[in-house]
Amino acid sequence: MIPAPFDYVRPASVEDACRVLADAEAAGDEVKVLAGGQSLLPLLRLRLAYPSALVDLGRLPELRGVADRGDHVYIGALTTHDEVMRSGVVREHVPLVALATATVADPAVRHRGTFGGSMAHADPAGDLPAVALALDCVFVVRSSDGEREIPAAEFFVDYLEPALGPGEVLLGVRVPKLGSGWGFHYEKFHRTAQAWATVGVAVAVRRGDGGAIEEARIGLTNMGPTPVRARVAEAALRGVAPSPAGSNGSDPLREACAQADAGTSPPADLHARPDYRRHLARVLTRRAVGAALG
Amino acid sequence: MPRITVSVDGVTYEEEVEPRLLLVHLLRDRLGKTGTPVGCDTGNCGACTVTLDGRSAKSCSVLAVQADGSEVVTVEGLARDGRWHPMQEAFHAEHALQCGYCTPGMLMAAIDLLRDDPDPSEEAVRRGLEGNLCRCTGYTNIVRAVRRAAAEMSRAPHERMPGAAEDREAAAS
Repeated sequence: MIPAPFDYVRPASVEDACRVLADAEAAGDEVKVLAGGQSLLPLLRLRLAYPSALVDLGRLPELRGVADRGDHVYIGALTTHDEVMRSGVVREHVPLVALATATVADPAVRHRGTFGGSMAHADPAGDLPAVALALDCVFVVRSSDGEREIPAAEFFVDYLEPALGPGEVLLGVRVPKLGSGWGFHYEKFHRTAQAWATVGVAVAVRRGDGGAIEEARIGLTNMGPTPVRARVAEAALRGVAPSPAGSNGSDPLREACAQADAGTSPPADLHARPDYRRHLARVLTRRAVGAALG
Repeated sequence: MPRITVSVDGVTYEEEVEPRLLLVHLLRDRLGKTGTPVGCDTGNCGACTVTLDGRSAKSCSVLAVQADGSEVVTVEGLARDGRWHPMQEAFHAEHALQCGYCTPGMLMAAIDLLRDDPDPSEEAVRRGLEGNLCRCTGYTNIVRAVRRAAAEMSRAPHERMPGAAEDREAAAS
């Protein structure tokens, strides 16, 4: 279908963009920020959204690029998925981001879709929000009043609703480096090649010298109206020593991961009922932890 | 209305466009480039894939205004001097199409894939083409064709990737 009509604004700077957004929102206009458009344009075509104007940030080079900043990697909001997954800095220092990004949609979409756009779209079925939660990323946003930082745990407010205030633009995301001794994995279950995740699990896990798990971080994709941390399973995994497979038939990792769905409220849709999603979360978490442990 | 300048298959066009005009509709309805079909219209099927500044993009998921200043290559821009692109030759030779509707997008996505991986395994081809659906399910021959084209293009490295700067230089010399 053809989208409903809208105005198009291409700001020359981030300041410009903030002003345009603030003015439009003050006037009560429904404006949407356009980044890569890979989620927004399908919504417009299906007429699920009727913005009066699009503010296109696609030509602002200051929002694009990856930088190694010591204790964290900074990813500019307009950096494409393709650029993120190829970035040597990302692959070396925050490999979970590279692993999850490589599963986003398909190559053509990854050429256009952006890291920040996926975050600001705040779709709980998107792969990257769960990664941001698991890694405790920090979102850097700017309005005409200045910059502020939003921790990932506060960024995803509700379904398709990020914690961006009026006139605020997402500049980029700080992804903390976790240091040595961590293993990572992103496990995704979907029905067809480039489909959204029915459920996805982002895992970072660190073992102590004795081999037992000292810390686990688990972010869940599509297990509620926002991405969620599997806090109960994280706690249950602490202190677990993965035993050689089949030694006595028990699997302490599986027992801990069986709580991965605790506290979630998974949706029902065409692809899965909530109870099936809960089952997937448990099974996929076990797989992801196993893969992250290597 | 915004005025845009866009190069399509080597020809520069200046157009006034409504902001909501999709790139695929600019190509088909305004420029007559009907070689690029509209498939699912939801960004899933990949039939409308073109290259935008050298990389594959689904032209139903790009606004024409976003392509301002860019270089687009469609399936119609692949043949040169009356000769098909090696990927087109390979699709023909391997019978890699049935109804043909997905073919323009498959060709563009496959050529993009070879930019990154000039000698892809069967698995890499399947993964690289995951954004392109063939409703006839003719994937086996499509994969075969892409690998045949890869072999062909490695023997004739002067054969080009659409939108690549070195290619334009080669064409100019």
